[in-house]
Amino acid sequence: MSLDIDGLGIAFGGIKAVDGVSFTAKPGEVTSIIGPNGAGKTTLFNLVSGVYRASSGRVRIDGQDVTGLAAHDLARRGMARTFQNLQVFPQMSALDNVMTGCHMQEKSNLLSDLLGLPGARCETERSRASAMAALERAGLADLAHRPASEMSYGQLKRLEIARALVTGCTILLLDEPAAGCNAVETREVDDLIHAIADEGKTVVLIEHDMRMVMRISSHIVVLDQGRKIAEGGPEEIRTNPHVIAAYLGAHGAAEAEAAAHA
Amino acid sequence: MAGQETTTSAAPVDTGRDAYLQNKVTRRRAIGPGLGTFLVFAVLVGLGALIFPSSYFYRVGTLVWINTLAVTGIVVLLGYVGLVSLGHAGFFTIGAYTTAILPNYGVPSPLAMLSGVLLAGLLALVVGRPILKLSGYYLAIATLGLGMLIWMVLSKEAWLTGGPDGMTVSGMNARNLFKMVGLNLKSAEAWYWVAGFTAAIGAAIAVNLAGSPSGRSLRAIHDSDVAARSLGIDVARAKSRAFVISALYAAVAGGLLALANGYITPETGGFMHSVEMVTMAVLGGPPRCSARWSAP
Ligand SMILES: Nc1ncnc2c1ncn2[C@@H]1O[C@H](COP(=O)(O)OP(=O)(O)O)[C@@H](O)[C@H]1O
Ligand SMILES: [Mg+2]
Repeated sequence: MSLDIDGLGIAFGGIKAVDGVSFTAKPGEVTSIIGPNGAGKTTLFNLVSGVYRASSGRVRIDGQDVTGLAAHDLARRGMARTFQNLQVFPQMSALDNVMTGCHMQEKSNLLSDLLGLPGARCETERSRASAMAALERAGLADLAHRPASEMSYGQLKRLEIARALVTGCTILLLDEPAAGCNAVETREVDDLIHAIADEGKTVVLIEHDMRMVMRISSHIVVLDQGRKIAEGGPEEIRTNPHVIAAYLGAHGAAEAEAAAHA
Repeated sequence: MAGQETTTSAAPVDTGRDAYLQNKVTRRRAIGPGLGTFLVFAVLVGLGALIFPSSYFYRVGTLVWINTLAVTGIVVLLGYVGLVSLGHAGFFTIGAYTTAILPNYGVPSPLAMLSGVLLAGLLALVVGRPILKLSGYYLAIATLGLGMLIWMVLSKEAWLTGGPDGMTVSGMNARNLFKMVGLNLKSAEAWYWVAGFTAAIGAAIAVNLAGSPSGRSLRAIHDSDVAARSLGIDVARAKSRAFVISALYAAVAGGLLALANGYITPETGGFMHSVEMVTMAVLGGPPRCSARWSAP
């Protein structure tokens, strides 16, 4: 499903962390959000996923206005996300973490859960199977029974992806999924994201690893100080002077320009 | 044997894991986690009965099981979801006093106790939603206030409750339950078995919950509220349910205490009793009671 962000904004104590940002993320594509630290990327995700309430702007899923919906209602409409500052369930095993992501598919009611009726146990087995498959996809199957508190940062990043995937989402927001991963793991995450988009899901990616961004994005949105300063395909963005200026500073950009011409 | 080894070496990781999972699955199917817990409790209750030399010990044992039941409710709230309530003595005492009062108006004891439990659950449902928007110290203070309010009503309305002096509980004796099946027990023994049985059921239910879809949602909220929401979990609703469940536990325990003691005072609803329950939960049960109770 396509995700339309239209003039989204929020301010914290007078500082506009996100300021009138608009773009569209299409199904089957990876749309990347890049920008320097503090640009407002994570805040944008928090607005879109219902963690914060936007002070201006609209969010639409397939044309349907979902602005201001609670986070769990957005999840029911197919939105899932991962978190830059990990939000795993540390007291649970990796498997239980991912099984929690099956919540929306589980049909047992509270009474049968309390009484341990076969229905409840059956749902649990079903969730266990799909969680196991998601762990396999994320390359974590061997760690299924390890407590999340004993996993590495890079593994937890992938655990969050598995947990988001198992919700059956159609829109997936990934906040720096490759942070803390080594080169091999980054490549695996890269492939995984690619595969997810190929399934027809709408993927929105925040990532600092530029090689990864350039390789897998169909569309890139550049934020700086809360505002969108550029938007386009990887090639356009790579050569956009505003983007270079934002990353290197105006002076650095001039030098880069000079070096390129020398 | 040799054949087995070849398959194992062909896919060492996979077979190992699958075998592990398979084993785990079949074990779970064979006995539900709650049933195992129930059996462990049944053995403990039985052991007590084997070694107790006098009615006094049975009475103490009865109190132990009643407390176990109330604390299990606290563990669901505190251990699973991570919410502190300092007002559960209020629900406990609603259970106790309803069980004590209604028989004076012609309601049979079991029905009176059921009414007390439902009343406590209803109150938890109504009060829970607004109160549970708070967290941490604020929630502790709000629940403390609720507990105090209930306690004040019960100690002030002397015409109904006997006020600070408390009231006697007339009606049921557990002996009669056992007489019906031909067992002739002393009253203290009979209540011991009833309390032990109820505590075992309560523990089994709590353990079932922990491993169930609903329980996973609760434990998720414990660890990360924001992640739980992002997975479609209605956090407010889940918290409210846990609050009601734990209030039901407290009220059943309160009703049992009233019946077993035959006497009830407002102290059971006092602030210190709430603190005691939380302390027992923290000291007696680990943050995740299920981890201990259902450990393989
Ligand atoms: N809850 C908050 N309260 C106050 N300021 C915030 C809050 N969340 C984010 N900010 C501010 O908004 C700006 C953007 O932050 P963030 O979205 O995390 O940037 P990025 O993810 O692009 O690095 C920063 O200046 C940050 O300090
Ligand atoms: Mg960020």
